[in-house]
Amino acid sequence: MRPVRLTMAGAAVALMLAAACRPVEDHGARWSKARGPAAVKPAEPSPATKGAKATEVARTAALYPVAPPPFSDGVFPCSECHGKTDVVNRTPHPVEFHEDIVLHHDEKNRWCLDCHDAQNRDKLHLADGRLIDFTESYRLCGQCHGPTLRNWKAGEHGKRTGSWNGAKQYLLCANCHSPHSPHFKPIKPKPAPMRQEAIK
Amino acid sequence: MRELPTLPLPAPAPPAEGYSRREALVMGLFALAAAATATGCSAADKLAYEEFVQKHFKDLSPEELKDRLASMEKRYTEQFGKEVKVSATPPMPGVLFGYALDLSRCIGCRRCVYGCVEENNQSRDPQTHWITVLEMDKEEGVNLQNANAFYDHETVPAPGKFYMPVACQHCENPPCVKVCPVQATWKEPDGIVVIDYDWCIGCRNCIAACPYGARRFNWGKPSIPKDELNPNTEYLGNRPRQRGVVEKCSFCLQRVRKGLYPKCVEVCPVGARKFGNLLDPESEIRYIIENKRVYILKEELNTQPKFFYYYGL
Repeated sequence: MRPVRLTMAGAAVALMLAAACRPVEDHGARWSKARGPAAVKPAEPSPATKGAKATEVARTAALYPVAPPPFSDGVFPCSECHGKTDVVNRTPHPVEFHEDIVLHHDEKNRWCLDCHDAQNRDKLHLADGRLIDFTESYRLCGQCHGPTLRNWKAGEHGKRTGSWNGAKQYLLCANCHSPHSPHFKPIKPKPAPMRQEAIK
Repeated sequence: MRELPTLPLPAPAPPAEGYSRREALVMGLFALAAAATATGCSAADKLAYEEFVQKHFKDLSPEELKDRLASMEKRYTEQFGKEVKVSATPPMPGVLFGYALDLSRCIGCRRCVYGCVEENNQSRDPQTHWITVLEMDKEEGVNLQNANAFYDHETVPAPGKFYMPVACQHCENPPCVKVCPVQATWKEPDGIVVIDYDWCIGCRNCIAACPYGARRFNWGKPSIPKDELNPNTEYLGNRPRQRGVVEKCSFCLQRVRKGLYPKCVEVCPVGARKFGNLLDPESEIRYIIENKRVYILKEELNTQPKFFYYYGL
């Protein structure tokens, strides 16, 4: 009886320890990344962080099945042109190649590399340096637009299609709002209904 | 205590020959039909006869309903030259449908109106729309007297305007149902107010009673191009209608009872339309009602609509 009890107690303590340690470790990683030079040039994540990240990705992917991100034709993957070892000028400057993109989204304070990752162009990065896929871009948007992200998750903001009681597809923020110029553009309405007197 | 003299009460009238008036009428028609069959009548005549002597939808046995749906499918298939499916999906238990519309996002593009026409087989000529999109002044706020449904701009939203789409509000206390003299319209357990087009006599009392102007009458013979007909139809929903009957929004019964969102929700380009189960605390509709300031149209009439307007911004 006694050894069994001891083992159980040991297991419980171990579990509690694990539970207590995990967030701290995660926090530490986040802070060092945000503060240190790692924020600009994210280092290869440690195996522990990698595992945590993988589960988080799996969780969000399962919760928010999203529509494909709206890439412009022939632009993605960005790594076709941008190499991982390219020398990057990190000072905001006009980009000749992408001159069709007119930034109209807090352009006084933001520019390309605030969202796009300089080293891995096929990814975006959060403010703390964590890399995310374009399919998770709502996490990036939610850093500034918190209440909107909350409402989007609940289904109040944005559009969901599919089943009201089952599998849904969420539209990404970028499916409706161009991330470079998010204000909704006016569209042409469908024809007005016929007036009653005109209906024969 | 003196015993009161008992008044000679008239004996209860025996059921006339054991038949109600309706049954007697049906019997007479049976005889006529038998005569017609003997002389060789067409399948169409038989169908017309069947329709004439039909029972109320709610009184049909499962077998009778199956027969009705089968004969209907046959007729529509012949009429439209392609296979048409007519089903009578029952309401799901534990479901009460609710709808919410974000007035701060609607841009009045009328995509919902035309999406609905295609999904629900409304007549193209003469034109029938179940959804009316009203344009109003932002300065004035919701004032139905100054609303314009016939706005025609190059692009929407027009400056200084906002838009309010109105269709059937699926009242919990529907005045249209109360006034129907033949019970051709009723509220289903999942909250959808439905119409049996075969039972409707076209008296249009419901149109007069509806405070939202949501019901439409088929003054002319509805016409739908064959290739545009949506062949997945429901008996109480989007099956083709005939002249002289009333129709209206059914929350896309043929979709929502299979778990799908209504068509207008799916076509709205701004995501202003929200739909879900009011009895499910996790649903988006509940989130909206609990976290946003919603209002209902003409609250003072106590119709208790299950269609909620709100300002998301």
